[in-house]
Amino acid sequence: MEVSAEAKRIMVVALGKLYSSRTQRGGLRLHRSLLLTLVMKSARDIYHEAQVQTESVVNECQQPPPTQQSVTQGTTEASRVDLLGPALLTHENPLMLSVGDKEEEKQERAGAQNKENQCPNGSAQQSRKRRGREAAEPDFLPCKKAKLEQGNCLHQLTVTPVLMDYMKCSSELAAHPSPTMTLHRAVAAC
Amino acid sequence: MAGSSDGNDEVQWCFSQVKGTIDDDIAEADIISTVEFNHSGELLATGDKGGRVVIFQQKPESKNLPQRRGEYNVYSTFQSHEPEFDYLKSLEIEEKINKIRWLPQKNAAHFLLSTNDKTIKLWKISERDKRPEGYNLKEEDGRYRNASSVTSLRVPVFKPMDLMVEASPRRVFANAHTYHINSISVNSDCETYLSADDLRVNLWHWEINDRSFNIVDIKPDNMEDLTEVITAAEFHPNQCNTFVYSSSKGTIRMCDMRTSALCDNHAKLFEEPEDPNNRSFFSEIISSISDVKFSHSGRYIMTRDYLSVKIWDLNMESRPVETYQVHDYFRSKLCSLYENDCIFDKFECCWNGNDSVVMTGSYNNFFRMFDRGYRQDVILEASRDNCKPRSVLKPRKVSSGGKRKKDEISVDSLDFNKKILHTAWHPLDNIIAVATTNNLYIFQDKVN
Repeated sequence: MEVSAEAKRIMVVALGKLYSSRTQRGGLRLHRSLLLTLVMKSARDIYHEAQVQTESVVNECQQPPPTQQSVTQGTTEASRVDLLGPALLTHENPLMLSVGDKEEEKQERAGAQNKENQCPNGSAQQSRKRRGREAAEPDFLPCKKAKLEQGNCLHQLTVTPVLMDYMKCSSELAAHPSPTMTLHRAVAAC
Repeated sequence: MAGSSDGNDEVQWCFSQVKGTIDDDIAEADIISTVEFNHSGELLATGDKGGRVVIFQQKPESKNLPQRRGEYNVYSTFQSHEPEFDYLKSLEIEEKINKIRWLPQKNAAHFLLSTNDKTIKLWKISERDKRPEGYNLKEEDGRYRNASSVTSLRVPVFKPMDLMVEASPRRVFANAHTYHINSISVNSDCETYLSADDLRVNLWHWEINDRSFNIVDIKPDNMEDLTEVITAAEFHPNQCNTFVYSSSKGTIRMCDMRTSALCDNHAKLFEEPEDPNNRSFFSEIISSISDVKFSHSGRYIMTRDYLSVKIWDLNMESRPVETYQVHDYFRSKLCSLYENDCIFDKFECCWNGNDSVVMTGSYNNFFRMFDRGYRQDVILEASRDNCKPRSVLKPRKVSSGGKRKKDEISVDSLDFNKKILHTAWHPLDNIIAVATTNNLYIFQDKVN
């Protein structure tokens, strides 16, 4: 639990640093941005592992009917895992920053769930699953919300002002990047 | 060993001078960003965040006191770079001087290269201590004389004047770097130099400023695949075809320019496997190399990462031959250092003249020296509290936990705002220049 809390905190700090670096004199620093991205990946991997272990422990402990409190906690944790799921790097989907409103989070979560369920047609089923109040808003995400970019692509991402700045950072971008882009592309756009 | 009080061959370091204001309120423009001795050690150049270069010159040794080395006094000050604005990318280009490198001296004038994030400039620093007088057609104040009033001719002669040191930009090498320049290095062929940014290394000729050769390009076709950047680069001190560059992944690549025009394929790759016991969230950050320096002999490379200094033998790529922990007591505090941004600090390192001792900076205005031969090291402090002329610096000790002995400083009380990132060692003598945030300290060994 401590590890996952630590990982989450590290991700929050990294996001904050990436966000604030756009106002730095001299422009975005590619080296620093890359290191922050790597830290986020490390933290995300460790967070994932910790969550998987926690879930397996919770499942083992659920032999007698669980108490109300543990159910609530489990729900909260599961919801938080759900919310983080789309925000974490999968081997197919690049890392997605879900800085946005409830709509995009629902879509991304649905996308992740579909992936887990091995949806045969491959297209994103954008179900609007109702979430619990505790899981309404991930507490580690920055407050500033980005504009939602519409699209049906499984790789749909929100574009934050931070990411837009990355896109503008260098004139050597090979092709004009689409608004939906991965964190790596965001960092690499410098 | 430098600094220790034991042994006959060991050096004791004494305070010599400090340059800069005592003011606690530090102006950002005054933050020192680079320090470099010239090849003879007579001149010491500093660059700051405000784009200025200050050159100090060592006074000749006094005939009355031949054992005491001359002091460094201001020789020349000039504004090297100004802030610029890239209208195309809507980006401000900082005037901060990232690096200064001296060219080998060929005549009475001195030449140096200074660079900010985007532009490199070649400066000529020359002295003028006499001026011609006795022109036939001009008055002494410069007004022209009426030619008809000239009745006799005279030959103008040089008369002494107050010494004037002029710095003039001879070349401007611009528009060759998309990313931020982190290194410049003068080649031993006395004709070329390299400049390196995050993804590319360019080769320049001193005389040609409108084009350069790109010799390394690690930019991936798809920037999503970017995994590492170039952090430093340097030419071999003797072999004009060889250079090295370090990466954010902790590797060093040595390239030979004779093999191909584009040196994307390295001749040697120096890399040490990561210790799995030390794996943490921040492993990638602390393994990033912040500085790489060839030894004067050209046999070794020294690299600095966040916690250690490593010496590599050019003949062995698998692991360094020596590793020195600079401040391992911070390993358990990486999270705090990450939050306050200190983990991204880029420390430099330097060799002494005969490659027997290496030096690097740390926090709390501490700096460390590692004697390779005696396998000893010392922590010293650059502080205004110890500024009596020729007072010997007392070695410091840091207590990482548990019982703190007398004279030890607790790691929790170290000041992360006081950092020594830039140090330089006189090429021929035991004189060191250590830059704190906005002060330059000069220490020398105790002369008996």
